[in-house]
Amino acid sequence: MTALPDTSATNKSWWKQNQQRLAPWLFLAPGIFMFAIYVIIPIFQSINISFYAWDGLGEAEWVGAENYVELMDDEAFYTSLKNNVLWLILYMLAIPAGLFVALFLNQTVRGIRIYKSLFFFPFVISQVVVGLVFAWFYDPTNGLMNIILGWFGAGPIAVLADEDYVTYGIIAAGLWPQTAYCMILYLTGLNAVDPEQIEAARLDNAKGAKLLWYVILPQLRPATFIAVVVTVIGALRSFDLISIMTDGGPWGSSRVLAFYMYEQAFSEYGFRMGYGAAIAVVLFLIMMVYIAGFLWKMYRDETGR
Amino acid sequence: MLKARILGAALASTMLTTAAWAGELVINTDTSDPAPKAAFEALIAGFEAENPDVTVKWNLFDHEGYKTSIRNFLTADAPDLANWYAGNRMLPYVNAGLFEPVDDVWEENGLNESLASAKGSMTIDGKIWGVPYTYYQWGVYYRKDIFEANNIAVPTNWDEFKAAGMALKDAGVTPITIGTKYLWTAGGVFDYLNLRTNGYDFHMALGKGEVSWTDDRVKATFANWKELLDAGFFIDNHAAYSWQEALAPMVQGDAAMYVMGNFAVAPLREAGLSDDQLGFFQFPVINPDVPLAEEAPTDTIHIPANAKNKEDAKKFLAYLARADVQSQINETLGQLPINNASTVGDDKFLQAGYEMLSSTDGGIAQFFDRDYPAEMAKAGMEGFQEFMVKPERMDKILERLEKVRMRVYK
Repeated sequence: MTALPDTSATNKSWWKQNQQRLAPWLFLAPGIFMFAIYVIIPIFQSINISFYAWDGLGEAEWVGAENYVELMDDEAFYTSLKNNVLWLILYMLAIPAGLFVALFLNQTVRGIRIYKSLFFFPFVISQVVVGLVFAWFYDPTNGLMNIILGWFGAGPIAVLADEDYVTYGIIAAGLWPQTAYCMILYLTGLNAVDPEQIEAARLDNAKGAKLLWYVILPQLRPATFIAVVVTVIGALRSFDLISIMTDGGPWGSSRVLAFYMYEQAFSEYGFRMGYGAAIAVVLFLIMMVYIAGFLWKMYRDETGR
Repeated sequence: MLKARILGAALASTMLTTAAWAGELVINTDTSDPAPKAAFEALIAGFEAENPDVTVKWNLFDHEGYKTSIRNFLTADAPDLANWYAGNRMLPYVNAGLFEPVDDVWEENGLNESLASAKGSMTIDGKIWGVPYTYYQWGVYYRKDIFEANNIAVPTNWDEFKAAGMALKDAGVTPITIGTKYLWTAGGVFDYLNLRTNGYDFHMALGKGEVSWTDDRVKATFANWKELLDAGFFIDNHAAYSWQEALAPMVQGDAAMYVMGNFAVAPLREAGLSDDQLGFFQFPVINPDVPLAEEAPTDTIHIPANAKNKEDAKKFLAYLARADVQSQINETLGQLPINNASTVGDDKFLQAGYEMLSSTDGGIAQFFDRDYPAEMAKAGMEGFQEFMVKPERMDKILERLEKVRMRVYK
């Protein structure tokens, strides 16, 4: 009689025995498959293409590191790189701006929902529309900005036709919807702020900036984290605004790496898949720094620091 | 209407017992603007009426999107016919073996005579790669009324041109409007300055990479350009405008000339300029020793190498090349037919262009981005735009272009 459990264990099928271990992988399989096809494999394909000279139509020719050597000596590449850095730094302004709009709107006044949705509006409209609106705003002859400058006697500035101002002009356009996005993140975050803590802080005579810095901001940490993530992503995908507002110009001075890659590989005159891929690889390496930091934080949080 | 015809043709072809199966002819074009669209509708309807056993399936693409999608459909899902452009613009596809040579169509239909003027720009490696169906002139479009009000005669040489510009400036009118946001407009100005300074052969040699961009003759072209820039001939902030936006100063009378293709006439008329206000003249002579060459881009139709129904595609090309067909579609397009037996519409700009181009003995250029390989064209036009805003950087720009040349043509 005592041998009975043993026999039933050996009778169990292989599937039953390993079910616990296999189930998660089965559930993950579709996701892993898609991720491999659309993300992992293309990364290695791009790296591979970057060692070839290929027009996307005919035969590819192995050129080794030549594309990278050329990249090191390409003014346009450095302009794009510099603009990418500018985007990454200045786009971060959306986070404090969003926070202050959120603090400002976080009150119980009649009709506050309408104000909140109005402030959120720029994020809902397409980037293409944002680009067009700002292009008209900057227009040197009829644009609102230059009309206002005219009242103060300042001459018209063609922001989008000036190599020194153009990137700042586009970033300003991008900040408009991005601030709205950060605002929404902080508004939801503010809902979760513990009122008792604020009350306690007030009893201890904390107010203004100190209350914000030491009591409220720490509680908004998850919101800040997400805001940083989406803003970095937003800065790196600035492609559509640049394409609409300047098409990379004047003479390529508003290009970022993603746009330069597109121009070299896919645009009207771009037939250099290999060179485009090399730019993409450099962009990937820059993003890797950020992705690695992100993964590291996730890992620490999961394992309880 | 078109649908009904297609249906009718389909019915007719199924009833014909001689045709084993209905021949379906797939055509991809980017002719989505009103006039080109109407021209192609008529063209296809006419072809189907004459060839009831062929059903045409027409895929219409957006003009800008077509430039990138053509690469995909030529390799992956080729139509039987696709429109494109002559000269170097088709070179990548010819080199990649994606277009079919159509020498036999030219041979059988006597196109070597009737389309002789465009044969050179259709030929690569001794083979002919498509059939041209339309072209149009470039030149200077100007405000006739403003010229007359200031007693300025139409300039025929460089000194007169500069004097005319100075007179316009004195009258408070900017001589030339241009919008260089999308770069190619500056390519047209360079083409004419270089054609007039150094001539057609030099211009083409530069396009083939046989001459250095830092050559003194290129610098001479840029020096002429700089004269205009230093005198403030072009509108301010042109890098912020597209070519359409740059029409506005001309319509409002703030600018008086536009170096452009004939397609600018339609929007200028729509904006309210009458034929009494609008005129056309040939780009003035700069170097009298150089024979006058003109710019006249040619639009073409090709058979992709992977096409399924090449037989009917060739029939279509033969139909398209016919004198009466070319007269008709160019009447609708408002452009010039290639076939030498076709009739030219009686529009005054078409007539002026036809007259100018038929007496041209210096050569016909396609356009900067069609005569020069894609990468050189892109870098070149970007350099022109920069030069027009920062003329002092000329040497730096030319050195950069020379670097591109060393890479592109190796």
